[in-house]
Amino acid sequence: MIEIVFRRCIVVLPTLLLVSMLVFGMQKLLPGDPILTMAGEDRDPETIAYLQEKYHLNDPIPVQYVAWLGQIVRGDLGISLRTEQPVLGLIVQKLPVTIQLAAFAMVIAFVIGVPAGIISAIRKGTATDYAINVVALSGLSIPNFWLGLMLILLVSVQWQLLPASGYTSPLEDISQNLRTMLMPAFVLGTGLAGVLMRHTRSAMLGVLRSDYVRTARAKGLNEKTVILRHALKNALVPIITLSTLLFGELLAGAVLTEQIFTIPGFGKLIVDAVFTRDYAVVQGVVLCTAVGFILMNLVADLLYIVVNPRLRDAA
Amino acid sequence: MNCVTKLLSAVTVLVLASPTLAADLRIGLQDDADILDPHRARTFVGRIVFTSLCDKLFDINEKLEIQPQLAKEWSWSEDGKTLTVTLRDNGKFHDGTTIDAAAVKANLERAKSLPESLRKSEVASIDSVEVTDATTLAIHLVKPDASLLSQLADRAGMILSPRAFESADFGQNPVCSGPYKFVERIQNDRIVLEKFADYWDANNFNYDKLTFIPISDSTVRLANLRSGDLDIIERIAPSDIEAVKGDANLAFYPVTGTGYQALTFNLKKGDKDTFPIGYDKRIRQAFELSIDRNVINEVVGQGIFQPAYQPFPPTSFAYDKKFESRQRDVAKAKALLAEAGHERVKLEIAFGNNTASQQVYELIQAMSAEAGFDISLRPTEFAALQSALKEGNFEAGQSGWSGRADPDGNIHSFVSCKGNLNDAHFCSEKVDALLEEARSLTDTVKRKALYDQAEEIIQDELPIVYLYYQPWPFAARAKVKGFTAYPDGMIRLKGVSSEG
Repeated sequence: MIEIVFRRCIVVLPTLLLVSMLVFGMQKLLPGDPILTMAGEDRDPETIAYLQEKYHLNDPIPVQYVAWLGQIVRGDLGISLRTEQPVLGLIVQKLPVTIQLAAFAMVIAFVIGVPAGIISAIRKGTATDYAINVVALSGLSIPNFWLGLMLILLVSVQWQLLPASGYTSPLEDISQNLRTMLMPAFVLGTGLAGVLMRHTRSAMLGVLRSDYVRTARAKGLNEKTVILRHALKNALVPIITLSTLLFGELLAGAVLTEQIFTIPGFGKLIVDAVFTRDYAVVQGVVLCTAVGFILMNLVADLLYIVVNPRLRDAA
Repeated sequence: MNCVTKLLSAVTVLVLASPTLAADLRIGLQDDADILDPHRARTFVGRIVFTSLCDKLFDINEKLEIQPQLAKEWSWSEDGKTLTVTLRDNGKFHDGTTIDAAAVKANLERAKSLPESLRKSEVASIDSVEVTDATTLAIHLVKPDASLLSQLADRAGMILSPRAFESADFGQNPVCSGPYKFVERIQNDRIVLEKFADYWDANNFNYDKLTFIPISDSTVRLANLRSGDLDIIERIAPSDIEAVKGDANLAFYPVTGTGYQALTFNLKKGDKDTFPIGYDKRIRQAFELSIDRNVINEVVGQGIFQPAYQPFPPTSFAYDKKFESRQRDVAKAKALLAEAGHERVKLEIAFGNNTASQQVYELIQAMSAEAGFDISLRPTEFAALQSALKEGNFEAGQSGWSGRADPDGNIHSFVSCKGNLNDAHFCSEKVDALLEEARSLTDTVKRKALYDQAEEIIQDELPIVYLYYQPWPFAARAKVKGFTAYPDGMIRLKGVSSEG
């Protein structure tokens, strides 16, 4: 087993190296000089020269890359060129915000999507089924930014019920945290609810046709028990797999919603960093995301081997 | 009532409970500030935060006149090479230490010598600073510099605690001298300041807490103001002006800024045959005659893009109305083009890819086409546009300047032969001499005469076509009383309060 882990880690290392090269190289391809952004409106040549020297931007790109890699290996992601806050600190500060938003959105998606999918499957071909499908399709088609703006105008401006944007940590004020999270989570969640509804519907339709459901009905069980205890349990398996994938996507894909509702999360951090040419933040955030995905894959591979002895021999 | 209902009720009560306090002021900014160290900061929004956080030696009023702040009195020597400043004796830093002449000297020296200082060019004329007594200091200059007072009325003149500014994390935990002191900052989320009880003018500041919230989308920023989540916002979009004016809960505070939006021609691009507009001033004059700035103001600016024909705003002593006589004249533009030997001229304009700029340059494209210009538009992301301008990788490019209180700051770097911001690569020994002389005098009448002469040449050569003055449109909740919009776009809270 140790040998297998060792062999897998050897495969991971070149992958990480390749990712780091891509992250660094892509950043360098962006037009726009970060030093000019840092040097301010006056563009004082002395300051520009000093900053180029300080951040080694006059060195050849391979030299810069090796220096950056050395820094990363020592566990130092650097500091934001814009505010001088440590990049690692920023990631630690922003990631929980996005995780909370994604989790809330998933809850909303589940609460709306799964029951809608079940009802739609049970009432297949009826007016209810068509109506749910139309609503789900609308949920999928309405762009997040439009729905977000409309909700802000209606709920915040017109009714003055919830704050239009911003974020408060739950540790600071749980009530304000819920107030700020509700609309963005709803916007993200409704889009996903459509996806979940359609998958739940098709999974339920498949399960409802299976023999054991017919057997359950033949035993005289009431319809509620058949649907919820027997059919839904099996139909949920692919839904849960899909949900984990959607959750991963949400962590990286909540950018627009974070921008509209000014949620200081991971997506907003990276978008703002790209526009201000804050190389250290962009590189740090993208690298961390990539490392996260690679490590998750490694763990999954190892778990497969633990669970399935046949794979151990193959490995 | 079952458990689920109870839980839902509790969450609803929590969610709908509004936590805001009357003595707090929430200000919506267009961007997030950069490092919170005035000597190293570069952003406009950073200056807005510093206005409440850090006192300066001087300040300006609505007419751009120099006013006392930490400096109580000042005087120039006969030769204009020594500025004697007397400080108020009741100034305190946020760490409780006293603001004295030695502290001011340490600050000016830091602004001048700190390697990362972005204020070096602003205090370049300072040779040495001499402490005469606890509240008096003499600032000796290399050569007379009339713009120094206005520089010291901005970030270069902000006074930070010398005990704190040696610290490596000063930019994250600034210790300053203004009416509000630093509490916390969460990047991209908020900057919080609280009232400094020992401030020398504390009685005139009515809020206990300020929160600066960056919201880049102007529609969302306005929605936050309308919902009452913000009290003041800066830079409302021209398209939202009518909505603000029509809302009884809001007040609109427009002001023409000290800065401008302009179009710079690259006079060193290609050669006479491939890029004639860079080498023949008649073609540039024809271009200028083909555009109507009033149309830009009415169509895109909704009345707040006041047409600009010169770098000096109407509030500046260097401004002269005579330069505003040139109006659109397509026939004359065509005649000038013909005189230069062209029927049609091609030109590519690079500009920032935002809605207002897109509309402005589409209008310019349409108007100049009537006179014989075939304009192609290159919308460019802001950082990339800055690089293109600096590297000369453009034919004509949008240049915006936030403006300075002293006229020197709006012209010298842009048109002097070795100016940092001379993206046009314009060079005239006569203009250089006039601008240098204007910089060395303190008499505004004499300075204006020199700027007039320089402007005559620049208006003839046209390396830069000024389009409109940068407006700083603010909107606030109607309950906010005593707010005044200043031409430098800063938010000064002295005397501002909220009713109810």
